[in-house]
Amino acid sequence: MFTPAAKSMAEQLGLKLGRANLDEFAATLQSLAEADRNIVAVTSDSRGSGKLAPFGKALPKQLVEVGIAEQNLVGITAGLAACGKRAFGVSPSCFLTARSLEQIKNDICYSNVPAVLVGISSGVSYGALGSTHHSLHDLAVLRAIHNLTIIAPADNFETRAAIQAAARTTKPMFIRFGKAAMYDCSSTFQCRDERAGRSELDIGMSSYSVGQVRVLRDGNDLAFIATGETVIHALLAAGQLAGQGVSARVLSMHTVKPFDAAAVLKAGRECRAVITVEEHSVHGGLGEACAATLLQAGVSVPFRIVAIPDEDTVTGAQADIFRHYGISMEGLAEAAHTLLKRA
Amino acid sequence: MRPIPITDHELAQKAAALRQRMLRLIVQAGAGHTGGGLSCLDILNVLYNRVLRVSPETFTDPHRDRYVQSKGHCVEALYVVLADRGFFPDADLDTVCRYQSRYVGHPTRKIPGIEMNTGALGHGLPICLGMALAGKMDAAPFRVFTLLGDGELAEGSNWEAAMAAAHHRLDNLVAILDHNTLQITGHTRDVMSNEPLDEKWRAFGWEVRTINGHDYAELTRALTEPPPAGKPLFIIANTVKGKGVSFMENVGKWHHGVPSEAELAAALAELDATIHRFST
Repeated sequence: MFTPAAKSMAEQLGLKLGRANLDEFAATLQSLAEADRNIVAVTSDSRGSGKLAPFGKALPKQLVEVGIAEQNLVGITAGLAACGKRAFGVSPSCFLTARSLEQIKNDICYSNVPAVLVGISSGVSYGALGSTHHSLHDLAVLRAIHNLTIIAPADNFETRAAIQAAARTTKPMFIRFGKAAMYDCSSTFQCRDERAGRSELDIGMSSYSVGQVRVLRDGNDLAFIATGETVIHALLAAGQLAGQGVSARVLSMHTVKPFDAAAVLKAGRECRAVITVEEHSVHGGLGEACAATLLQAGVSVPFRIVAIPDEDTVTGAQADIFRHYGISMEGLAEAAHTLLKRA
Repeated sequence: MRPIPITDHELAQKAAALRQRMLRLIVQAGAGHTGGGLSCLDILNVLYNRVLRVSPETFTDPHRDRYVQSKGHCVEALYVVLADRGFFPDADLDTVCRYQSRYVGHPTRKIPGIEMNTGALGHGLPICLGMALAGKMDAAPFRVFTLLGDGELAEGSNWEAAMAAAHHRLDNLVAILDHNTLQITGHTRDVMSNEPLDEKWRAFGWEVRTINGHDYAELTRALTEPPPAGKPLFIIANTVKGKGVSFMENVGKWHHGVPSEAELAAALAELDATIHRFST
């Protein structure tokens, strides 16, 4: 996933390589479920790919297997949630959010049950397996459905915080992440609580709130607004740009909906250019949400969406696909220079 | 939570009155699923007056029985039965399908007594499976019921759930088929043949009971006698689309036909005669 130069930048910035967000999710859910027998995981022959085999072994009565049947998975998750269970439906995002979209829309969102859907190996995590296994549509289709919180955590910390929040949710929630080991984006940077106006070096739940952007790095030349596992690449690019005299702000937009419009507008007003980054189609995701927010508020700023273009996705592993489309330290730094020339 | 005692005669009388109320509601709303509402009304009448352990007072009790109407388009029948059982005032039904009314043309949880939002077909059974699983996990005494249409069985999600319910040994789950053999395009056997239904559901591991879906004694027995341990229960309720109004019975156009004033008057008169017959 990371070039030697990117790894070196990570080291320079003091970022530690953690585990995959998928592993963090599985461990967090199991530890929560051990303390609360109302927490139930529902899998569609996906306990292995969801890293939930230990969960199933430790808590067999709290794991429901439905077989390879994603529509049934979502309906069952809704029914469990309607009867007081804290139900987590876990399935690859590509199947979960396409095949069972009607169940998500009606059984969960329209019926307003506090079910949690976990889209594992989202985006192009299954890179080389091809487009059947890519979920580059999920943010777009789910954003258009009323009554759903949509979360894409950047790192282990945000994953843990999102799952903890999901275990207490009273509303429908969707969380997506990948399976590659992630650097801890939260470990060294000064995180400012934008709303409270205070700075925090201590990373804890206080610096994570569903629906609220986390500013991972400050800067006023350019803002990277990124979501999910592209945040690390923006952070590394910001490190590289600093050495080239460009100060870049990095926003982790872990919650895509509800949308933290205030943080986006602040970035648009305070920075000379804005680049959005997402592991998703250019259509209907974070980039278009930011563009609409800025435009409707009359904020005009050089703007670029870095995402997967509307074409037959290039073949290769996730890292190949990321590099091909410029979702990398080098690609994002170059995009920043190009955009700033217009500023 | 105890079902109120009611005789077959009283149920028959009530059913005719509920059919009248439903038809008046559909005419007033200018929309509705007339034929299917009439075919499933006896099933709902028995469920809510004899079988389900639920009432307006106990609707939030975690141990209440659950009913999810998978064939959500026949909501008018459910509305009149719920109003009759006191879940909400009958006058509320004057607003069905009106601007800003919460009484829309399919079930929603905004209405007291309704468990889940339905309307897209093939959703009720998987949802009920989740509810039945929750009941098993908590060793809770409640049962879970859903009502399916026979045309609806073409939706593949039903068969995913059929497999999973037997696999998970959900003997607290009951699926009732409103087997009126007609759907919007015509006879179900011509649109997408689904027989032999009893053999299919038995082969999936369910206990199957085939009954007359307009016979109160048969409905009561099939719905109350528990299935063998570990088996979910599938009840094929043979019904007549448009039941109770002679000119609507087995006529496809009444799937969502709205009666004219004259047709309504004729239907109400016929149902008046039924009420009279059962009051003597």
